[in-house]
Amino acid sequence: MSVAERIGAIRPDPSDQSPLRIDEALVRKMLVAFLREETKKSGHRRVVVAVSGGVDSAAVAALAAETFGPENVTALFLPYRTSDALSREHARLVAKTFGIALEEIDITPQVDAYLGRLGDVDRVRRGNKMARERKSIEYDRAWPDGLVLGTSNKTELLLGYGTRHGDMACDLNPVGDLYKTQLREMSVLLGVPDVIVRKAPSADLWEGQTDEGELGFTYAQADLILYHLVDRRLRPSELIAAGFDAALVNNIRERVRRSHYKRVMPLIAKVSLRTVGHDFLYPRDWEAD
Amino acid sequence: MTVRVAIAQCAPALGAFKRNVAMHEEWIGRALSGRARLVVFPELSLTGYYLKDLAGDIACAADDERLKPIADASRRIDVCAGFVERASDARLHIAQGYWSGGRLVHVHRKVYLPTYGIFDDGRYFGPGDRFDVFESAVGPTGLAICEDLWHVSVPYTYAATGATVVLSPASSPGRGVAEGGDLGTAESCRLMDRFYAQYLTLYVLFANRVGHEDGIAFWGGSEVVAPDGTVVARAPEFEEHLLVAEIDPDLVARERDRNPLIRDERPDLVQSHLGRRTGLVRRPDVAVERS
Repeated sequence: MSVAERIGAIRPDPSDQSPLRIDEALVRKMLVAFLREETKKSGHRRVVVAVSGGVDSAAVAALAAETFGPENVTALFLPYRTSDALSREHARLVAKTFGIALEEIDITPQVDAYLGRLGDVDRVRRGNKMARERKSIEYDRAWPDGLVLGTSNKTELLLGYGTRHGDMACDLNPVGDLYKTQLREMSVLLGVPDVIVRKAPSADLWEGQTDEGELGFTYAQADLILYHLVDRRLRPSELIAAGFDAALVNNIRERVRRSHYKRVMPLIAKVSLRTVGHDFLYPRDWEAD
Repeated sequence: MTVRVAIAQCAPALGAFKRNVAMHEEWIGRALSGRARLVVFPELSLTGYYLKDLAGDIACAADDERLKPIADASRRIDVCAGFVERASDARLHIAQGYWSGGRLVHVHRKVYLPTYGIFDDGRYFGPGDRFDVFESAVGPTGLAICEDLWHVSVPYTYAATGATVVLSPASSPGRGVAEGGDLGTAESCRLMDRFYAQYLTLYVLFANRVGHEDGIAFWGGSEVVAPDGTVVARAPEFEEHLLVAEIDPDLVARERDRNPLIRDERPDLVQSHLGRRTGLVRRPDVAVERS
């Protein structure tokens, strides 16, 4: 069946996950080419990726090793004292599977040096601080000739489920246009160990945290709704009419709206004739002659 | 007698004119080694595609000195390449030149400048307003730059005004990997190429680029489709490739004898219908002049 026929046949249906299927081999080829070319264009030779023990960063590590060779990938495992012991085990498994050297740096001293003075701090706020400390280390380790790879998937980006300048920060993100379920599917092709593919996704920012528990819905539910809303441009009312749960659709739509500020560059107050970001518009891949 | 043509499925550098000229000279050399009579480069092959404000910086007049290496190379092989043209009235155009015998013999300015989805051509460029058929190494030819080809009227107009070949240089980004199948854009382009070739009984040469610009991948897949709908040659996706193919001008005649769609076409009726609709023809009872 042609793409046109397949797209024409797609109807919003809460029980039909098939529209999310991708050609993993084609996507893998595109992502490897993306990493290779966009790194070369900016004159960089190696990349840094924080490996958490989860499936997203495992997939990115696999793509990086395939693109640059394992010797040009700096993999960092950056635990906090409350991190799950299983995360370390899985991070090591990822490194071993893809032949990458894994360096462990405990972020507890630097996080506690700051938070310790503040007394009782909300766990989300603590989690944000951890994410930003990790990123500061990734950028430091990228100096002078490396780029930091992002691991935020399309679901997280659209829901705003991430920390600004923390896990969301990066130079290149190869997986940001793949929904969580698509990325999980592709990670199988990439050779990510089964035990990592199948475990419950978690930001591991506090004990017992799971993404789906915190969000209040599953990735499978969110991905299908986001696919129809974003990729296919259907309205929430059309999804509800097709049998999707109204509260869930509205919740997800509202999350997307509320978090949009996280997905765009900072706003700059325009006062001059020509302003960065508004009407000084050069491509990032602006090459030297 | 067939004519050998080459399509340079290359990856131009964004905003680096001199480097791209050198890149063109290299591919022209390879096409010559392959004994091609014509080498076709993709849209904006001398400048890169997602130029944004670079468009004005990198633009040049069609007779600019900077294009001289291309003109010089055309003494040995016809060259069709893309650049940003600064017109005499200062407008910027996405232009595709055709050089032969040491000089520029034809320029097509992209008419349809997409501004939807990932495209913003219309913000930075002015539209062309002509579809002129010119004589290339492969016969009477029309140029349709990327989006131009998506408008049915463009290849139709060329076919109705004598073209037997449509050259379509493109910077087509690959997108649409879900829905359980391969690349959506590739399938659409192949459908167009084959449909136009077979139903307008002409050759379609689709010259797409590869490489990345600002995270967007151009997918390649350049191809030559014959007037009987046969895919004569097709380049791989996402890789640089010099595609060489034989064009058989006699096949156009044979196909048009067998299937005289173009001979029987009534552009005068189309013109009078559209003319009345758009107010260009005031007297509906008077047939439009045949030229």
